[in-house]
Amino acid sequence: MTLSTPFSSKVSYSFSWVGMVGLAIIVFWAVIALAAPHIIPYPIGEIVDEDYFGPMSSKLLLGSDYLGRDMLSRLMMGARYTVGISLAAVCIACFTGTALGMAAAVIGGWFDTILSRFLDALNSIPSKLSGLVVAAAIGSSINVLIVMLAVIYTPGAYRFARALAVNVNTMDYITVARTRGESILYIIFSEILPNIIGPLLADFGIRFVFITLLLSGLSFLGLGVQPPYADWGALVHENISGLPFGAPAVIVPSLAIASLTISVNLLIDNLPKKIRDRSA
Amino acid sequence: MENLVEIRGLKVEATTDSGRRLDIIKGVDLDIAPGEIVALIGESGSGKTTIALTLMGYTRTGCRISGGSIHVAGKDMVTLSERQRAMIRGREISYVPQSAAAAFNPTKRIIDQVVEVTHIHKLLPPAEARQKAISLFKALSLPNPEQIGDRYPHQVSGGQLQRLAAAMALISDPKLVIFDEPTTALDVTTQIEVLRAFKSVMKKSGIAGVYVSHDLAVVAQIADRILVLRNGEVQEVGSTETILNNAKHPYTRELLSAFEPKPRGDNLGAVSQAQPLLEIDALTAGYGPIQEDGLPLVRAVQEASITVQKGRNLGIIGESGCGKSTLARSIAGILPASSGKLTLDGQQLAPSARQRSHEQLRELQIVFQHADTSLNPAKSIEDILGRPLTFYHGMKGSQRSARIDQLLDMVQLPKALRSRTPAELSGGQKQRVNFARALAAEPKIILCDEITSALDTVVAAAVIDLLKELQRELALSYIFISHDLSVVEAICDEIVVMYRGQKVEQITPAISKIPQHPYSQLLFSSVPKLDPNWLDSLERDPELVKAYGQA
Repeated sequence: MTLSTPFSSKVSYSFSWVGMVGLAIIVFWAVIALAAPHIIPYPIGEIVDEDYFGPMSSKLLLGSDYLGRDMLSRLMMGARYTVGISLAAVCIACFTGTALGMAAAVIGGWFDTILSRFLDALNSIPSKLSGLVVAAAIGSSINVLIVMLAVIYTPGAYRFARALAVNVNTMDYITVARTRGESILYIIFSEILPNIIGPLLADFGIRFVFITLLLSGLSFLGLGVQPPYADWGALVHENISGLPFGAPAVIVPSLAIASLTISVNLLIDNLPKKIRDRSA
Repeated sequence: MENLVEIRGLKVEATTDSGRRLDIIKGVDLDIAPGEIVALIGESGSGKTTIALTLMGYTRTGCRISGGSIHVAGKDMVTLSERQRAMIRGREISYVPQSAAAAFNPTKRIIDQVVEVTHIHKLLPPAEARQKAISLFKALSLPNPEQIGDRYPHQVSGGQLQRLAAAMALISDPKLVIFDEPTTALDVTTQIEVLRAFKSVMKKSGIAGVYVSHDLAVVAQIADRILVLRNGEVQEVGSTETILNNAKHPYTRELLSAFEPKPRGDNLGAVSQAQPLLEIDALTAGYGPIQEDGLPLVRAVQEASITVQKGRNLGIIGESGCGKSTLARSIAGILPASSGKLTLDGQQLAPSARQRSHEQLRELQIVFQHADTSLNPAKSIEDILGRPLTFYHGMKGSQRSARIDQLLDMVQLPKALRSRTPAELSGGQKQRVNFARALAAEPKIILCDEITSALDTVVAAAVIDLLKELQRELALSYIFISHDLSVVEAICDEIVVMYRGQKVEQITPAISKIPQHPYSQLLFSSVPKLDPNWLDSLERDPELVKAYGQA
């Protein structure tokens, strides 16, 4: 079930087809998100159907929503918000969490204790609840959403990176670097990071899924992306009354969320593996 | 008499990551008569453990038996079903692993684990099994045979645990016992007791054995015949006497000559004009909370005073737990000494590496035992060797690149290895890179902490020769820490014997090879010799063994 793809004459990787399918779906959604303004068939605010919750037709490929707007256009534009906000938030969360986690592992002592307890405290607040409180208190703009999601998921990334770095930190090559007189920054980024980057990337993927789901959940509750913009969660929320009619307007955005999160999971479970057998 | 074991044309193949098939055992024949002990000897990767495991019809993950037959007591282990093999395993063939500590379940009492086999195969009622276990404990000369089984694995010593593992293997009265390097992890003084116990039990019960080891001297004591392996092929088979005294195959001779490195008899003239390079004065170091007297709770090294002369080597020898590695770590400043003075070339060194100057750090380098963990697996050899060049000497670009080539050349590695990562090197190559990194700093003194312990005899001998050669060229000094007396004797001008954190004796082999302190005498006499009668003729003072032995 594996394909060997020689990347260069020296190092080759094996990449299973399951991972490739995941990657293909992610790339598909990324392209949609980037190209959406140029390829949507109708403006997203325009009412194009006489009926609401219209069925799929050759004119409206994914039917119409609760106001008779084109669902395909709204879904494509929604991808921008779902993918974009999640990606921005996961980048901030993983970068901060990983940097702090590695620093805590290498420096140790009081720095580690205080930082760990502080982030544990942050972690103990239920994520949906803190999202609700923040959105209710200071409103819900896209910037606030990104920062809020990043803060909620930083402690997890910190814990994960710290646990990995603590193991690497006990290796003899770190001791060698310390006795050489290397700085903490060198030890973190040059000695530790390359050894834990694989699991960190997997963690990045999982966290992206969590953030996408939390964002969709908040939007579904009406606290996420605000009208007239709509991410996929908001699209489900808007069209929930179409459920009894079996309208595509409520099913399609749900499928979109599922396809993105599942394919990210498939990809990180099947990341390309380096083949150690060189003489092959 | 018919043979108990008959292996014919055994082939084992492994599948690599990319799906390529690789023969790791290439057609091996082996016969074992009932009651005979056959040793499989060879370096790591020679397939000795793989062959031993196939006797139970077992191969490690990714491997499979691809050809040949393995008849044990009339049954072909290759063609049996997994269920039929399970019936034989533990009952007719049993296994003593290398690390008993890892093989015992730490949450169960020892006796329950020892009699488990009789329970699984329904051989004996529990009370009888217990009696039998106790009689085996007696036969293996374990202390308190009645009670020792009620302890947990962490409550007995390493040597005792290894004998308990043997009891576990012997309880079902097997026809064949496989010993997989059972004494490799033990200290020499402990090893003797374990070997004696194994030998007497095996002789008495007439069980056949397969003894896997890389140590020819150990094998000489216990085996009737020796099979020398290399790269999955038999190099030579013969009785123990023949192999030791009359080896035909060049590889066997290489093994034999590697076992006794040429003792160091040169540069005696330097003794008179010795200049101290590193002075260690009453150094105490340890672990745990600081007590009222300002010293740590557990003092692993107590008041050690040692001087290393310029261009000369000092060996530190002792058993595990004697504090020799702690001493090395406090000299390097990894574990700051709690009291005492360190002077390097006239300059006093701060206890902690963090407080030492760039130059001081450069002049004193440490090389660790395990090259696997001391080389960053994510970096290429080039980066590993290049970093100290940039860090200490500010080298860049082509200058740095040329120096890396020089370093690889010094440790006799091909330049083509530059772009590889440590995982793609052999154990000996990794240790050379590890050493080359210390050389890159251009130090005055290198601390070698058991650097040959993880290597095969032949490879270790080559590394020792390399170290000697580099010393002649670069005017280095080594502090050589080891538990292996022959290695230390091969390279050191002075030998310090440590016991329980204290320096018991300092010996200058060039002047007198005879140790005075009773512990040193015990330690020196416990090193196995390439003489099949050594173990039987060795007489040890029971008082001495009681006082210092930990078996």
